[in-house]
Amino acid sequence: MKRSQAVLALAALATCASASADETKIKMKDGAETTTLVANCSICHSLDYVQMNSRFMKRAGWEAEVKKMVSVMGAPTNEADAAKLVDYLTREYGVTE
Amino acid sequence: MDRRSFVRGVAGGAALAGGQLLLPSWVFAAGLPSGTLESEELYALPGKQPLIKRSYRPPNFETPVAQFSDVITPNDRFFVRWHLSSIPEIDPGQWRLSVGGDAATQPFELSLDQLKRDFPQVEVVAVCQCAGVRRGLSDPHVPGVQWGYGAMGNARWRGVRLKDVLTKAGLGKDAVEIAFDGADTPPLQVTPDFVKSIPVWKAMDDNTLIAWEMNGEALPHWNGAPARIVVPGWTATYWMKKVVSIRALAQPVTNFWMAKAYRIPKGKFATVDRFLSQETAENTPVTEIVVNSLMTNVAEGQKLKARSPFVVKGIAWDGGYGIRSVDVSVDGGRSWQSAQLSPDPGRFSFRPWQYVFKPPSPGKYVVSARAANAIGASQTEQLVFNPAGYYNNVIQRIGVEAV
Repeated sequence: MKRSQAVLALAALATCASASADETKIKMKDGAETTTLVANCSICHSLDYVQMNSRFMKRAGWEAEVKKMVSVMGAPTNEADAAKLVDYLTREYGVTE
Repeated sequence: MDRRSFVRGVAGGAALAGGQLLLPSWVFAAGLPSGTLESEELYALPGKQPLIKRSYRPPNFETPVAQFSDVITPNDRFFVRWHLSSIPEIDPGQWRLSVGGDAATQPFELSLDQLKRDFPQVEVVAVCQCAGVRRGLSDPHVPGVQWGYGAMGNARWRGVRLKDVLTKAGLGKDAVEIAFDGADTPPLQVTPDFVKSIPVWKAMDDNTLIAWEMNGEALPHWNGAPARIVVPGWTATYWMKKVVSIRALAQPVTNFWMAKAYRIPKGKFATVDRFLSQETAENTPVTEIVVNSLMTNVAEGQKLKARSPFVVKGIAWDGGYGIRSVDVSVDGGRSWQSAQLSPDPGRFSFRPWQYVFKPPSPGKYVVSARAANAIGASQTEQLVFNPAGYYNNVIQRIGVEAV
C-alpha cells in the first residue's frame, strides 16, 4: 500500500471516538505490510509509537515487541500477520545486524 | 554537530593542548533515538500549553526543560502520561470513589463533596516523576516511551490522607497491599487494565493523599481529574489518575502492570524503600525517586561570554530525604565546586540551585551538575543499564563555548 493509502486508512480510523485528531498526520514508511500495521496496531495506539522506537531495535527486538502486543496486550494478530509486521518493522524501523 | 562529536571535539582540543585525552569516558553519552527526534513536535492538548509530543494515543507528552526554571510546574505545562487510550472526562458531581477490598471490613462509596467534607484536608508540595524519565537517553536504547528530561513536574497537591479513608473502611491487619484503579480503559477488553498497588505501610504514610487540587486549581483532565492518588517520594506509576476504586488486599496484585512492568533488577540500585510483597528472586518494583538534578538554562552548544559571569541554574530532587548538596563541574567532571541551594520548599519538592560560572578564557567547556541527598546518595557517572530504562540519574554533561 502506498503512503497515501496508509494516510487514508488512518483518516478512516480517526473517525472512531478513540483516535486522537492529530495522529492522522502520522506518515508511516511505505511497505506491502502497512495495511496490516494499521489494522492491528492502530486499534490501541497511534503509530508514532513505532517511529519513536526507531532506529535501534534488531529483528529480535521487534519480534519481542510484536509478541508482547499479542500475548500480553491481546492484539488480534494471527501468526502470519505477526511475521509480516516483524519484517516491516525490522526493515523500515529497525537496524540490521 | 551532535553532542557526541561536539564532546569529541573538546577532547581533541584537550589532547592537542595536553598531549593526552583528558575527559573521562563517561562523557560520551547517548542522545534520543533518531526516530524519536523525527517524530517529536510541540503540540497543545486541549487545556494545555504546547508540550513535547512523544505519542498521540494514548497521550504521552513531556514538559520542555526550560519550563523547570520555575520551582512549581504550572498545571497547563505539566507532563501527560497514559497507558490506556480511553480516558473519560468525568463530571465531578457524578464521580464516585469505591473503597473496599477483601481486607477492609467496612467498604463504602464517596462523592467528591464527601471526600472534601468528611476528612481533614492537607497539602504537600511533591515531585511527580515518571520512573522512565530519560529512558530515551539509555545506551543502548531500550523500547518504551522515549522520554527525555521532561516526564516530571512539581506541584502543590491538596487532598485528604489515604490513611484516614482506609481507616474509615476498617483496614484489616491482614492487608498487604492497597490497590488503585482509574477510570481509564483499554480499547480491547483483553488488554490488562491499569491497576497498581502500594504496600500498606506506604499507603498509611501521612504524606500519601487522595488529591483533587493541584497548584490551587482543580486537577486538569490530563492529570487525573477529578481525583488522583499522590505518593510523595515514589515514582509516578503509583499516582493513579482518575481513581475510582481503592481496595485493601490480603494478597499481592499479580496483573501485568505489577508483576511484569515497572520492575528493576535487584541489587543494581541504591534504593531504600522496599516493596516486599512484590519482590522476586530476580527483580523488584520501582519505588522511590532516585536523587537527580537538571540544568534548566544551559543548552548544548550554547555560547557564553568569556570572562563574564553566567549563572547556571537548575533543580535537584530525590525521594524525600532532602537535597544536601549540588556540585557543578565545568571541566567535564574533573573538578567540582558547590552550587548555592535556594530555600527548601519541602523535602519532596524540586530544590532550585545556581552556580556562577565565569569562563576564564575563550574555549569549550563541559558543564555538569551532581546532586547528593541527606542519606549520601548521589547521581551516577555511568548509566546503570536495565532493560526497561528506569532510574536514569546519570550526571548531565552539556558542551558550551565561551567566546
